[in-house]
Amino acid sequence: MFNTPDHHLGGVTFNGGVIIGSDSRASIGGYYVSSKTINKLIQVHDRIFCCIAGSLADAQAVTKAAKFQISFHSIQMESPPLVKAAASVLRELCYNNKEELQAGFITAGWDRKKGPQVYTVALGGMLLSQPFTIGGSGSTYIYGYADAKYKPDMSKEECLQFATNALALAMGRDNVSGGVAHLVVITEEGVEHVVIPGDKLPKFHDE
Amino acid sequence: MAKTKELSNDTTIIAIEFDGGVVLGSDSRVSAGETVVNRVMNKLSLLHDKIYCALSGSAADAQTIAEMVNYQLDVHSIEVGEDPQVRSAASLVKNISYKYKEELSAHLIVAGWDKRGGGQVSVRDLNGLLSRQPFAVGGSGSAYVYGFVDAEYRKAMSKEDCQQFVVNTLSLAMSRDGSSGGVAYLVTIDEKGAEEKCILGNELPTFYDQ
Repeated sequence: MFNTPDHHLGGVTFNGGVIIGSDSRASIGGYYVSSKTINKLIQVHDRIFCCIAGSLADAQAVTKAAKFQISFHSIQMESPPLVKAAASVLRELCYNNKEELQAGFITAGWDRKKGPQVYTVALGGMLLSQPFTIGGSGSTYIYGYADAKYKPDMSKEECLQFATNALALAMGRDNVSGGVAHLVVITEEGVEHVVIPGDKLPKFHDE
Repeated sequence: MAKTKELSNDTTIIAIEFDGGVVLGSDSRVSAGETVVNRVMNKLSLLHDKIYCALSGSAADAQTIAEMVNYQLDVHSIEVGEDPQVRSAASLVKNISYKYKEELSAHLIVAGWDKRGGGQVSVRDLNGLLSRQPFAVGGSGSAYVYGFVDAEYRKAMSKEDCQQFVVNTLSLAMSRDGSSGGVAYLVTIDEKGAEEKCILGNELPTFYDQ
């Protein structure tokens, strides 16, 4: 069975918002880098982003369908959608098409009801809410780092540093992750997109 | 009829150099498929007074290599009349692993202290290249802690810092890897000798979700 490498991404809540981040490499078969600067953070609504892992083609198709459903839902409800609603839409699509699809999602956003939240939708369609989560092939290498360094109620700057370090460490060890680090900070006030090019990423002891 | 799987040391092992010695650490789980066959196995094996190795991969293969090298080092140290060097031990391990690489599936990290090179950690990669590194991690649990060791390792740590670093790393790996668990074994080797320590499961450091 062809092993689809699937890069690396993560979402973390902090005091007042959430940060979602990913690398920017797309590859074919783990040998050829088809894009060095792809943005895997897709905006599905004003304050809700999702990042994609797995087959990028599947993920793009699913997010396109999800974006439509979420904006329709928000018009019907006459209010911005809940992050959980957006994550559920993705989950329905993943679960009902689990035979054909090979994509996982991390949904992160802010809503008026519960504030900042992170949801993960796994390959088969399981939906789980967590204070932070990591995913993709590069994530195995940073489980230890994330477990050790995550603290609840971080400030925005601490959280940015945590997410940047985690991405840099994973990109340093995983050959199908790389390029630049894309980070999106979502708060009640708005959305801020931070791009950190490869040479500005934090360096560790052996670099 | 249930088929027993081969005994495996899919595990977490780590070795770090500090100024004046090395610290080796391992978990204690041995599994045969999904069953834990031994939950208190010490995977840090003595090769000589001040040289230990950490075992991973197939339990039988790893133990056999360690015993053979232990014997060969004893003979060698009598012949030269002094304690063997760490690189000699590592070379002996490499010779066996490389010669029988098709049949064996074990990965050993060799670490110790000798008077010529101080504390050294030697590791052999999948193809057989032997290299000395400031620290090495191995086993199935190591994948989860690459990020952590990359971020936290500092050159010239003190002995106590090194021990704490090893214990933290083992604890993180054991909490994420299904094939690692039980207690943590530590061996600290310096000029004076080797000191073995066992840290029970409930004394291991815990992190935010525990």
